[in-house]
Amino acid sequence: MGAGHAHRLYVPGASVVHRLPPQCKLVAVLAFVLLVVATPRERFWAFGAYAALLAVVVVAARLNPLMVLRRIVIELPFVAFAFLMPFVAEGEKVAVLGVHLSQSGLWGAWNILAKGTLGVVASILLAATTEPRLLLLGVERLRMPQLITQIAAFMLRYGDVVTAELNRMKVARAARGFEARDIRATGVLARSVGALFLRSYERGERVHLAMVSRGYDGRMPVLHEVGATTAQWTAAAALPLAAALVTAAAWMMP
Amino acid sequence: MPDGFIDAPVSIAAGAVAVAGVAVALRGARRELDDRTAPLAGLTAAFVFAAQMLNFPVASGTSGHLLGGALAAILVGPYTGVLCVAVVLLVQALLFADGGITALGVNIITMALVTVVVGYGVFRLLLRVLPKTRASATAAAFGGAVVSVPCSALVFTLIYAAGGTADVSVGKVAAAMVGVHVLIGIGEALITAVTVSSVLAVRPDLVYGARGMVKALELHDEPVRV
Repeated sequence: MGAGHAHRLYVPGASVVHRLPPQCKLVAVLAFVLLVVATPRERFWAFGAYAALLAVVVVAARLNPLMVLRRIVIELPFVAFAFLMPFVAEGEKVAVLGVHLSQSGLWGAWNILAKGTLGVVASILLAATTEPRLLLLGVERLRMPQLITQIAAFMLRYGDVVTAELNRMKVARAARGFEARDIRATGVLARSVGALFLRSYERGERVHLAMVSRGYDGRMPVLHEVGATTAQWTAAAALPLAAALVTAAAWMMP
Repeated sequence: MPDGFIDAPVSIAAGAVAVAGVAVALRGARRELDDRTAPLAGLTAAFVFAAQMLNFPVASGTSGHLLGGALAAILVGPYTGVLCVAVVLLVQALLFADGGITALGVNIITMALVTVVVGYGVFRLLLRVLPKTRASATAAAFGGAVVSVPCSALVFTLIYAAGGTADVSVGKVAAAMVGVHVLIGIGEALITAVTVSSVLAVRPDLVYGARGMVKALELHDEPVRV
């Protein structure tokens, strides 16, 4: 279990964005997304400006723009929802290519697509430039109770182990000729889930005993100091500050 | 759910409610598990995370997956259950960019708090009236899970009515959400029930929700005649 914990979303690097302390980046992303969500949806140019700001971050972090685009697919189920909206929403109808669509529904769909996509890209940038372990340290720095971050750390550490266990069960089922075709397969699959729970929970008990025997008393020793200087906070604030200017302009200008 | 579905003020209010709910769960879990909280809740969260990846075939071609709120609550208790699902959502939002950061409050309310409270509440109520057997625990797990999913959809609709950004009538959203989620709930309930039943068969002591049901082991110094 000593290797291979590098995360799929994390792209190792040493850029300015990579080196910022995690808590600064967390606050910056949260503030940025809140500002985006608070922007009136009629201001198309504002969303273009936000996208440009994120593009600047991509360049500064030396990330591959294609990689970022590819990871946006996680949003797909909601894109489907957004596309349905013009058909089901109320209000005045407009004809687009001969189809009667609700005007407010079109606005609603645009609103979700634009804000959702900007939010996903901001989150992708955060996860791609921050090591998962450091990200959790950053969350802890922002006064999240240590117990929550400890649980999250355990989840990350053993997530791959438990998933691998699930995959071995899948191979074992396939080796015995099982194929999940319809609802009758539920019994077999749910019994696998039950076995997976038992193995996970019992592993938790063993891990706890192993930790107690090494002096664990409910808190984890701090190995990395992730303090942030004023300069680093200022650097991280560049994104939300620029976004705040855009938001203010969007509210004031017609 | 990504950012942009719910407007900023309601998102922030939902975040505050979620923080309060998780804080209550934190205190409760610490009381139940003591210093075992972190490893056990962490491994259970990893389990919920993995179980959510398993696809169950529903009908020709379509498949559903587990949400896991009711299942986690019945297996490890409501407080720890809330913590596990909330942590899964937090990690997904921060590390996988799955689910918006500003939508985290709404997601925790609907998927962690509501499913656990409703699912576990119904489960315990049913257990109280049903005979104390494994079959009735399985039935109660089914009942809890089947109610929890549409309830979660209903609460989402309420939040949407307060802070939704699109002009879809609330009645329509409610009908669509609850209709779809009744079906999803039946799938969820089936998986939850069989899973709880199979754990009860092997390690009944590990099913938190059915703790009172298992008779304590007796020590006999003579052979037992059956």
